[in-house]
Amino acid sequence: MIIQTKSDIIPSEITPKDVFDNRREFIQKAGFGLIAGSAALLCNPLKAATISTGATEGAGRLIGRANAPAIVKAPTLGARQKISNYTKTSYGAGEKLNSYEDITTYNNYYEFGTDKNEPAINSKLFKPHPWTVSIEGEVKKNKTISIEDIYKLAPLEERIYRMRCVEGWSMVIPWIGLPLAQIIKWAEPTANAKYVEFISLADKQQMPGQNIQVLDWPYTEGLRMDEAMNPLTIMAVGLYGEQLPNQNGAPMRLVTPWKYGFKGAKAIVKIRFTEKMPISSWMKAGPNEYGFYANVNPNVEHPRWTQSSERRIGGGLFAGRIKTQMFNGYTEQVGQMYAGLDLRKFF
Amino acid sequence: MFNIFNKVPNKAQISNIKIGVFLLCLVPLTRLIILGYQENLSANPIEFIERSTGFWALFILLATLTLTPIRLITGRAWQIQLRRMLGLFMFFYACLHITTYLWLDFAFDWLDITKDIAKHPRILVGFAAFLLAIPLAITSNNAMMKRLGSRWKQLHQLVYVIAILAVVHFWLLVKKDIREPLLYAAILVVLLGIRIHYKQVAKANKATRVTST
Repeated sequence: MIIQTKSDIIPSEITPKDVFDNRREFIQKAGFGLIAGSAALLCNPLKAATISTGATEGAGRLIGRANAPAIVKAPTLGARQKISNYTKTSYGAGEKLNSYEDITTYNNYYEFGTDKNEPAINSKLFKPHPWTVSIEGEVKKNKTISIEDIYKLAPLEERIYRMRCVEGWSMVIPWIGLPLAQIIKWAEPTANAKYVEFISLADKQQMPGQNIQVLDWPYTEGLRMDEAMNPLTIMAVGLYGEQLPNQNGAPMRLVTPWKYGFKGAKAIVKIRFTEKMPISSWMKAGPNEYGFYANVNPNVEHPRWTQSSERRIGGGLFAGRIKTQMFNGYTEQVGQMYAGLDLRKFF
Repeated sequence: MFNIFNKVPNKAQISNIKIGVFLLCLVPLTRLIILGYQENLSANPIEFIERSTGFWALFILLATLTLTPIRLITGRAWQIQLRRMLGLFMFFYACLHITTYLWLDFAFDWLDITKDIAKHPRILVGFAAFLLAIPLAITSNNAMMKRLGSRWKQLHQLVYVIAILAVVHFWLLVKKDIREPLLYAAILVVLLGIRIHYKQVAKANKATRVTST
């Protein structure tokens, strides 16, 4: 029998798709590297996962890194870029951060494949710059804004948040972003705006996972206006002091730490204000499983996964599970928004 | 090429084949141990081990179920001698799978485990498959075969139920991308379909023989 399990292959066993697709170029570059010397890696000692450095790294390996003069310039496309101006906040004080490696190699991002190791591999060709976001719906007037200008809407802050996935695992992530409220203020919604809808990029060329109708593309998510305005809600543009990696939702993704992770729409291109509750991609995919609110709630079971406890990633084989907290431990900040709401019905 | 396939191996060859299959069946475990040693079991090693052992249990189970269709189609029967070993390896990986779940995932927290079984059909179905496999593993030796006589065959037909439950168990795990479980379901349907087809052919032949005499 020739069954192969996809899920069972670790990332390091796979030639990154772009390297494979560009294998001739790779070989050329490797040859070039022999002559000119490839020191891209020396200039770029961090594990830069760029398309071309992927190839030059190979070249670097072939010739040995040590004695190569720095001639080949590392391209910036997709390279790790530091964010220079952001302020630390007290959110998440005392939490043990997950490693950069864990955060960037274990991703649910179906636009780049349904296995958690796939986004890191399949998103390397993704271009998060240039990027514009359009604002539409119940607003004074439709407008667009570039990602650079979004960076300038408000001071960037580091927010260390717990992230709880509906599948029963969790991480602690040092996001960098700005309060969504600041973007909404700039967007000038009208009095009719009761909800905000977030629409992610639809582009089969850049997002190979969209060739399969696993979800109704583009990925959409939504929040009630008060949820969107809550100080906890941020639009993240970075993590660990750097611009957001492609597999984590570059250039901009939603973070609502008291909700299950799937609420965090990634690579957002459109923000639409609506009067009626938007229907998200996951609500369409499984109305019995995924509700509009998707608040972390240990008391409301999911048909597939235990919600009363969770596995904190990074704890090793014998760490055991930890109890899941109501609203993922953010009750103080968000609990009052749901006073009187039947959370079993509105899950 | 087909000739090689048609040739019936002698006793020594069969024992070599058995050793080969035995070693092959240990490859997934060896791989896990090596990856574990290299700390290469992904960000969520427990899930990785659960999925890997579960997959191999299912894979070996489906492999076990191909032996009879091969006999039915080619008429060759020597490969049936591999069935017990494969079946036991399926049980071995199922044991690793469930141990990972009970121990590493849930740290033998029986209250949580009971809740998990009761509330999630996926877990319930998986548990049922495992429980049904236990009597088959226990009665897999020659002494038991002899003792049970014709009932042994009846008992071991449970493997079909186990296979269906195993595929359903995997299907229920998947959030949305059902391609993989669909593939195993299709393979199982083919493997069981071949059996049913030959059974009906045999029945028809018997009927015609009866009417012609």
